[in-house]
Amino acid sequence: MSIFKTFKNGIWKENPIFIQVIGMCPTLAVTTAAINGIAMGIAATFVLFFSNILISLLRKVTPDKIRIPIFIVVIATFTTIIGMLIKAFSPDLDKALGIYIPLIVVNCMIMARAEAFAYKNTVLQSAADGLGMGLGFTLALFILGSIREIIGNGSVFGISLFGPNYQPALIFIMPPGAFITLGLLLGFFRLLESVQKNRKEKSIKKKVLLGGASHADKAYTYTD
Amino acid sequence: MLTKLILILISSILVNNFVLVRFLGECPFLGVSKKIETALGMGIAVTFVMTIASAFAYIVYNMILVPLGLSYLETIAFILVIASLVQFVEMVIKKSSPALHQALGIYLPLITTNCAVLGVALLNVQENYNFIEAVVNGFGSAVGFTLAIVLYAGIRERLELAPISKVLEGFPIALIGAGLMSIAFLGFQGLI
Repeated sequence: MSIFKTFKNGIWKENPIFIQVIGMCPTLAVTTAAINGIAMGIAATFVLFFSNILISLLRKVTPDKIRIPIFIVVIATFTTIIGMLIKAFSPDLDKALGIYIPLIVVNCMIMARAEAFAYKNTVLQSAADGLGMGLGFTLALFILGSIREIIGNGSVFGISLFGPNYQPALIFIMPPGAFITLGLLLGFFRLLESVQKNRKEKSIKKKVLLGGASHADKAYTYTD
Repeated sequence: MLTKLILILISSILVNNFVLVRFLGECPFLGVSKKIETALGMGIAVTFVMTIASAFAYIVYNMILVPLGLSYLETIAFILVIASLVQFVEMVIKKSSPALHQALGIYLPLITTNCAVLGVALLNVQENYNFIEAVVNGFGSAVGFTLAIVLYAGIRERLELAPISKVLEGFPIALIGAGLMSIAFLGFQGLI
């Protein structure tokens, strides 16, 4: 697969949240606002990108039996680095994301990419995969965070949208809102997909019907 | 002292339920909750590991990391403690009680990457709990997890038979169900 294709794969076709449904904990927990979603996404992308590169570099010297502990240590190292960076440069963000920054270590998405992709592919491919998956994750968190912030707080990135008279539906920035919004979003994407599929199938059917007719003609001439 | 422990217990089981309010341990919650039986098995295995992990993480943090000034290594240290602990527990159970091993065996390896276990270790440090409080918090959180996952499995067993629109089948409806459960658990908010 070309590098660009690998990169694109993670953003939409195999989006970790919307298609694979992995890495749920931070997704549900931090998306109370759009900015938090983006920040969490970037932090996870950082870890995913560098751990994919390092694991891919080490893949030929990693013994098969202890690969999982090695993955964990690599991922934990980068998680600690990004945790320190966030703490140093943006204490507010550190407060908002809280315990979920160190918990990037156990994000199944990162472990899954290490095991399924980086351990078997070249460094360049793994880097592209890490970046693509990371951006797909960020995109999903951003969408979820925006929806929840718009409905639950009437704002995006802290900018008020509907004026002071808007009564926000608080439930959307509370825990239940996370589950319900994500559930409806997943349903919505499936709906889109099935509509697209139907359209494709119809056009294929048309072609088959036309093709079939000419075929029947031929058969007829044969028997004749 | 005792009242504080009881408060921690109630808070960790009901008010700050790990799965429904704090969003920790979502992967097993959504992944292993299709049947009540398996959900209960997972819950018991998690309770077992989380209680012991709280104790060990406390010891490692306060006896090794803090005296050496290495507390910034907590994430790496905890995850290694948990991973080796899970291995160790599995070996002990296998030797001492084959029946229990058969019941819990398949769930144990999954627990290493369960963020609830690492989460409780980190929360214990954040809240400055002492040893007993940490263990009680670990146990309570795990009981909360078990409660949520078993109730949820009950809902999902019924969902299997319910007529649901094709688009919402599977994960979407499961998530919406979890959301409704979470609303119910919000009712405990005023308890403490």
